[in-house]
Formats: sequence, structure tokens, C-alpha cells
Amino acid sequence: MLTDPAPQTAPRRTSAHLRERWAQPPVRLAVLGAAVLVLVVVYLFTDVPGSLLFALEIRSLAVAAMVVVATAVGVSTVVFHTITQNRILTPSIMGFDAFYRLISTVIVFLSGSASFLAFDALTLWLVQVAVMVAFSVLLFTWLFGGKRRSLHLMLLVGIVLGTFFRAVTEWMQRMLDPLDFQVLSDSLFASLTRPDELLLGLTAGLVALGCAAVVPLLRTLDVLTLGAPAAVGLGIEHRRVVMVLFTIVSVMVAASTALVGPILFFGLIVANLAYWYAGSFRHVWTLPSAVLLGMVCLLGGQLVLDRVLDFGGTLSAVIEFSGGLFFLYLVLRKGAR
Amino acid sequence: MITLDNVTKRYGGQAVVDDVSITFGAEGVTSLIGPNGAGKSTLFALVGRLIAPDAGRVAVDGMDVATTPSAQLAKVLAVLRQDNQVAARLTVQDLVEFGRFPHSRGRLTVVDRDHVERAIGYLDLDPYRQRFLDELSGGQRQRAFIAMVLAQDTEYVLLDEPLNNLDLRHMTEIMRLVRQMADDLGKRVVTVLHDINFAATWSDRIVAMRDGAVVADAAARDIMRPEVLAAVYDTSVDVREIDGRPVALYYG
Repeated sequence: MLTDPAPQTAPRRTSAHLRERWAQPPVRLAVLGAAVLVLVVVYLFTDVPGSLLFALEIRSLAVAAMVVVATAVGVSTVVFHTITQNRILTPSIMGFDAFYRLISTVIVFLSGSASFLAFDALTLWLVQVAVMVAFSVLLFTWLFGGKRRSLHLMLLVGIVLGTFFRAVTEWMQRMLDPLDFQVLSDSLFASLTRPDELLLGLTAGLVALGCAAVVPLLRTLDVLTLGAPAAVGLGIEHRRVVMVLFTIVSVMVAASTALVGPILFFGLIVANLAYWYAGSFRHVWTLPSAVLLGMVCLLGGQLVLDRVLDFGGTLSAVIEFSGGLFFLYLVLRKGAR
Repeated sequence: MITLDNVTKRYGGQAVVDDVSITFGAEGVTSLIGPNGAGKSTLFALVGRLIAPDAGRVAVDGMDVATTPSAQLAKVLAVLRQDNQVAARLTVQDLVEFGRFPHSRGRLTVVDRDHVERAIGYLDLDPYRQRFLDELSGGQRQRAFIAMVLAQDTEYVLLDEPLNNLDLRHMTEIMRLVRQMADDLGKRVVTVLHDINFAATWSDRIVAMRDGAVVADAAARDIMRPEVLAAVYDTSVDVREIDGRPVALYYG
């Protein structure tokens, strides 16, 4: 009784086999993993000016930081996209980076740089992570917990919040004494290549915990791509699951931001690359793809900047620039769903 | 059976569903009709636990919707909503497999695969199973979503305006399927419909709502009377008998 025309299935014979292989998500992921390995080896072992051992020590720390940041940002952004049913907003775009600067500024403002410096790095990190997690869980549940709102409204909220935080930050910074201000500005620059070992370990621990919490929810996340009503219909306790996921996202983003500073558009780039690359909507594939693509961006970017262009130190600026353009492109092209 | 006891839902002080007590979901097809804003979709959302009532109690087979674990309800009650926009690129097969989630939590067993195959076969989706949803026509997409609901293998199936945006042929096709699901598979189907002729042709029972209340509840033939329809829709509707079937004329 149904007479719709059957879909055409006639791929070109040549290289059809190869293409079929390439369509498999595991194959794609393996290729990506190999690429990351190659980049790591190149980054660690080439262009060593002095002692190899010394270079390895410094560089492996940097690689570890990149792994942690790529994991935190990749996983949190993809999960955030799934629960908020969009592919443009990320936690950072919702005003996260501005909030990070605000917290640091408030700490210096209230206590002065002497105690800011006296604060050991650990205490500072703990305070920043705790405040950011609390703030973002509140913000996300307020914004996304209730009924669905339009993407444009969300973007607007993010921009307004960001502007507000920036204004308060600036106001406080004007009232700081120059010495305090200098200490503060120093701490606000995102730095990937010189992480604090202890904090790196702690962040890695938190991020690993977050990943461990996401793994049992992978299939639930797949169902959440259908949207809240369908997910509820399929027996998911939507409110509870989304709260858990928001908390995980908040912890991951907060931990990595407190470690290396804010990188606004990084998550947006890797998540969207992952959707395009992974070859499946399933989170078993998109999440690791996002993480590995993040590694490729960070390592590849650092390599090109350091070794090819001989700049050094401005990777986050490059990511922000290209990410910003990409963001505009997405918003303008999609008509923002 | 699906039972509502004195259920009220308010939006901004206005009762969209106003103290409704009704039991439905007998074997066969039950249709909810009524003008826009009558509270049909809200009633569905209450039964489908998407929203919580401000007062009253909703129960499915005696299980209180508010307190029973969602996963348990998903094994007896499947709901298909009106607008099914999916951002990710899913194939028909992926979508239908989701229907098994309440049973398998995502790890498909042999039994699950069997259900998926049968649902795909039942809706004639076999040629399209690897197509992405955004590559399907409206009728095909609607069939894919119904296949998902079917794979869920529940006794109760709630379809909220399944004929939305479909052309004549596909509307008839979907209603025929709904009828078959009830007759062959023993599903208890409840639908929200706007076209009262479709409702009358394919349903066993029609529940008419207006202003958040149930104003008529009877066999299809007894609803298809000018005075009843006029009261429900607040506009004059002529009903003629054509080939032994009541047909409402409301085209002006």
C-alpha cells in the first residue's frame, strides 16, 4: 500500500570498500588516536635544544595539561550541547570566562595582592573551582531547568551576564593599587605550557572523576538527543539526570578553567568538529572524538606556533580568533535552532 | 486504564485542564477532539508525566504517574508528541531502536532486535532504515516515530495529533495503521485529532473537550451530531449520512 520510491543505493564501485571502512566510527576514532600519538611524539622528541631528559620533563607536563584540558572541554561541551539541545552555546559562551576573571579579581580586591600571593596556589584553585561550580549549577538549572527557551534568548543572557561580570571586574580593577593589579593580570592569562604540577594532578583527578560519572550515562545521553519529552516518554528521569550532568559539566569546566585560564571558543570548535567527524551521533563516539580533536588542535597548534612560525605562547589567542569566526559562521548559517 | 481524578492544571491562574475526572484507554481507539486551547495536549502531557498537575491524581493501571518510576511507566505507556525535532542526525533504525530503551537501557538483546525488526516491518520502513530522519518526507518521518513507539511494546499508545502536516493520503495511511495497531496488536490507542471525520471513521470512542473540561464522551456515532459538535466547537456543523457513515461538513 506504500509506494514511496525506494532510496537509491548506488555508490561508485571504485574505493567503495575503503569508503565503507571509513564510515565506521571505530576506524575513524582509531585514525584520530594515531594522529594524536604522532603529534605527541613529534612534540616531545623533536627540536630539542639541550638535554633531552629536561625537555621531556617540561614537555610531558605540557602534554599532560593539554590532555586534561582537551578532555574537560571536549566532554563538557558535548554533554552540554546534548542536554541543552543546541550546538552553538557552550558553558564558556554563557559567561564562564568572565566569571572566572571576576572571582580572581574579587579575591584580590577583598584581600589585597599580598594575601593573593600568600594564598597558596592550592587554596586559590579550590576557592575558584568551588565558586564556579556553585554558580554554574545555579545558572544552568535556572536557565535550562524549566521550559525550553529560544537559543537567541540564551545567547543574549550569556552576553549580558558576561558584560555584567566584565563591568564589575573592571570597576574593581580600577580601584586596585597598581601592584595588586599587576599580580592579578599576571594570573589571568591562559597558559597551557607551564602548569602547576600539583594543580594539574588535582584537575586531572576531577576530570577523571567526571569522565567516570559520564560513562554509565552514555546511552542515556544518546536518548537525550531526542529532546526532553521523548526522553521522559522512554523512561528517563529527566530532571534528575540533567541535574547530575550539569554538575559534571560544571566541575569539569571549572577545574580546567582554574588550571589554565579561560579559553572561550575552544569547546565550540572541538564539539562541532566531533559531530562532523565521528560518523555517529552516539556519545560513545562523539565524546572521545571531541577529546582527541581537542588534542590535535592544542598539540598541532602549539607545534605550528612554536616550531614553524616561531611565535610561542599565543596558542589561546589563535584558538579564540579562529573559534570566534567559527562561532559567527555557525550562528549566521544555522539561523540558530 | 488511564484514570484522571479531579485533575487541574493552571497556567498563570487560568485552568487549562479544569477538575477533570475521566477514565479512558479501553481496547481500541479513543480520540480526543476539541477546539484549540481546549486542553487536549495538556491532558496528554499530564498523562505522559511531562508536566505535573496542580491538583488531582493521574494513574495508569493503578500506578500513580507522580510517584511511579519513569522507567516502569515507559513499559506500559508510550507517548508520541506533536513536534519531533531532532538536532542530531539519526537514521530510522537508530530511532526505532530507542523505543527499546525502557526495556534494555540501550543494550539491545535478541528480543529487542526482534521488536525493532517487527516495528520497522509493520510500518513498511525497511527500504528507509538507513536513511537519516532529515532525508525523509513528513509521512515517512511520522511512520518512523510511530515505529519507535511501537517498538516500545506498551499496552497504551498515546499519539498527540499524529496527522499534523500530513497530506490526505498519509493521513489515511496513518489512521489505518492506528486502527490496525488496535485490532491486530491489541494496543489501546489514544489520539488527539483535529479532523472530526477522521476521528469518527477510525475511533471507537470520542472524548470532546472544551475550555479544559470534558463536554462529551461517547461512541463515535453519538458524538457526530450537529448539536453536540456545535456545542464543542462553538460553530455550526452540519452532519450528513453518506454511505451509512456520519460525515461532518464544516467548510463554510
